[in-house]
Amino acid sequence: MLEHLWLIPLLPLLGAASNGIFVSRWPRSAVNAIALGSTGLSFLATLEVAREFANLSADQIPWLRSYFTWIEAGSFRADFALQVDQLTLIMLLVVTGVGWLIHLYSIGYMPDDTGYRRFFAYLNLFMFFMLTLVLAANYLVLFVGWEGVGLCSYLLIGFWFLKKTATDAGNKAFWVNRIGDFGFLLGLFLLFRQFGTLDFAPIFRNSAALPVETSGHGVLTAIALLLLAGATGKSAQLPLYVWLPDAMEGPTPVSALIHAATMVAAGVYMVARSHVLFTHAPVAMFAVAVIGCATALFAATIALVQTDIKRTLAYSTISQLGYMFIACGVGAFGAGIFHLMTHAFFKALLFLGAGSVMHATGGEQDMRLMGGLRKSVPWTYATMFIATLAISGMPGFSGFFSKEEILLAAGTGPYANSVIYVLGVITAGLTALYMFRLLFLTFHGVPRFDQKKTHVHESPRIILAPLAVLALLSVVGGWWAAPHLVGGLNYFDNFLKLVFLASETSSSTDSYSGNSQLIATVFGPPMVAAFIGFLLAWLLYIRRPETPKRLAESLSAPYRLLAGKYFVDELYALLIVRPLVWISANFLWRAVDEESIDGLVNGVAREAGEIGDRLRHLNSGNMRTYAAWVILGAVVLTTLLVWTVR
Amino acid sequence: MPISYYLALSAVLFGLGVIGFVFKRNIITIFMSIELMLNAVNLAFIAFGLALGQLQGQVFVFFVIVVAAAEAAVGLAIVIVIARNRQSLNVERINLLKL
Repeated sequence: MLEHLWLIPLLPLLGAASNGIFVSRWPRSAVNAIALGSTGLSFLATLEVAREFANLSADQIPWLRSYFTWIEAGSFRADFALQVDQLTLIMLLVVTGVGWLIHLYSIGYMPDDTGYRRFFAYLNLFMFFMLTLVLAANYLVLFVGWEGVGLCSYLLIGFWFLKKTATDAGNKAFWVNRIGDFGFLLGLFLLFRQFGTLDFAPIFRNSAALPVETSGHGVLTAIALLLLAGATGKSAQLPLYVWLPDAMEGPTPVSALIHAATMVAAGVYMVARSHVLFTHAPVAMFAVAVIGCATALFAATIALVQTDIKRTLAYSTISQLGYMFIACGVGAFGAGIFHLMTHAFFKALLFLGAGSVMHATGGEQDMRLMGGLRKSVPWTYATMFIATLAISGMPGFSGFFSKEEILLAAGTGPYANSVIYVLGVITAGLTALYMFRLLFLTFHGVPRFDQKKTHVHESPRIILAPLAVLALLSVVGGWWAAPHLVGGLNYFDNFLKLVFLASETSSSTDSYSGNSQLIATVFGPPMVAAFIGFLLAWLLYIRRPETPKRLAESLSAPYRLLAGKYFVDELYALLIVRPLVWISANFLWRAVDEESIDGLVNGVAREAGEIGDRLRHLNSGNMRTYAAWVILGAVVLTTLLVWTVR
Repeated sequence: MPISYYLALSAVLFGLGVIGFVFKRNIITIFMSIELMLNAVNLAFIAFGLALGQLQGQVFVFFVIVVAAAEAAVGLAIVIVIARNRQSLNVERINLLKL
């Protein structure tokens, strides 16, 4: 299977092609079989790759296969090359595994309308691009996957294209991503200028030999910062995060797969992949950590007051992605990828659970109109409860290990920064608060909807099965990375360490083994913060459900700031969107397009017409006049001829 | 006999053809004027051929005769059609394409 790596992305592409183009009238069952079959086979192929990968010797990694020369121009050459190393393998397993579960869920979730086939075609196409992205062996192939997943994201956000808000949200996602991608592209140009190639291996080898740019002036710093711009767009970090909350206009499985589990993590993957560049540019590293930290805290505070269940989860996603950026920024790339994986499990589960709730209540998304669903949807409740425990970082669940490892690196690692550590701990507390708020508002208390009108029912098994699998993963997914500190093997970190050998120094917890003093000082605060968050949520939403409203009234200014999402959208509209629209409408449209360009084109046509109008009178229709002209011409020509010969 | 005599005769014949072509109204006459011009040219060709001792002049004359014959065949066919449709051979009245 390692020889046929190309099969892994190609299978979903074939699925997308057959569902999207060829079988316009096939029944639903055939569409299901194609969509599930192609991604399922891709997953099996990935498992086979993983099995064979284990037998490779160290010098065969990364396993590189170049299939054909894609572009060759002058000194530039880019192959269509795929590679597998430990990092890629983990991403492959997450993307195909979680992707397949979400495909399965979608079959039970999506309404059987004309869009059904289109939905699965887009979803498979997304899988193709995402797998290309993680398998890429050079930046250009990665960029193809990068843009492709952006396209699929746009298509799926605007999936219900008759809804104005959905198409607007799709456009917004596309445009905001374009800003980041512009930076990414500039970074690629700079990479090529510096190294003369875009292949990973030579770039990382050559840049590792360069000195570390501590001063912050240098080409590696510039490259790393430009790549970071791309990552902030794709992974919804400050200041380009604004598209992700709006992306919730798409169908819920899309929110789970693309806007929580896989695509938005592409930025983190890219930063981790380029770790050599980043560790040679400490300024860029610091920028990554600061952006991640600011985003984590910022989004968590907004999530506290959201009323839409999916938007709360969207802000939670932004916040968790911030954690992954913190991890990369403090040099703990392995921890970042670990959090990416556990986050994929529990956040996909939370979104799918939210979808199940919406399914149960007939499409309700407002948590103020839910409540007391615990009894009527027990399976959904149980799985979402597990996911909430996991994301809050309760001990023993997957999120606990990944978050602790990130904060450990932030507190004691080589790039440790106490401010970032403290803010990370505060965010951990806020995470527990908003997640339990979501859980309590949705499932506990008294029903706040019309029970006569809404008949609440548990979702079918095909929806519950993926929830159960993801719930299991949310619990055990962290165990194989349990650090030595708490008696685990920390298999995950050792596995990834080979990739990050060049840059990761001592982010893993191995060196602290057995130091109980350190356990208390480093592991303690995030746990305590999470428990405080939980207790606060319990107090506010179970014990005294009337307090939040009073709190909102007494603290109306901060509340309005949070409920208005810090008015960032309004700020962007004021500073960027409206000036741009004004310039476009008044200057570019009327002055440049209508006056200058149209004026030029129409003017040429009008002048030609007027000249023709005058000349047409020569065409009198009188044959003898024509003859006279011919003779005149002959006389003139002959005269000229005689003149010149002489 | 000097070549200028032939050329002068040729020029006179050509000029008569031009005058006839421009001033006559009857298509047949115009047609004949064209033939006259062609033959004036033929005369010039032969005269030059003789003076320069080359065969090309005579060869060209044959070409011109062939083309003139073809032109006469097509042209007369058109004249017949016009005569049938218009009951007239006056070129002033053949002005369908006039603006």
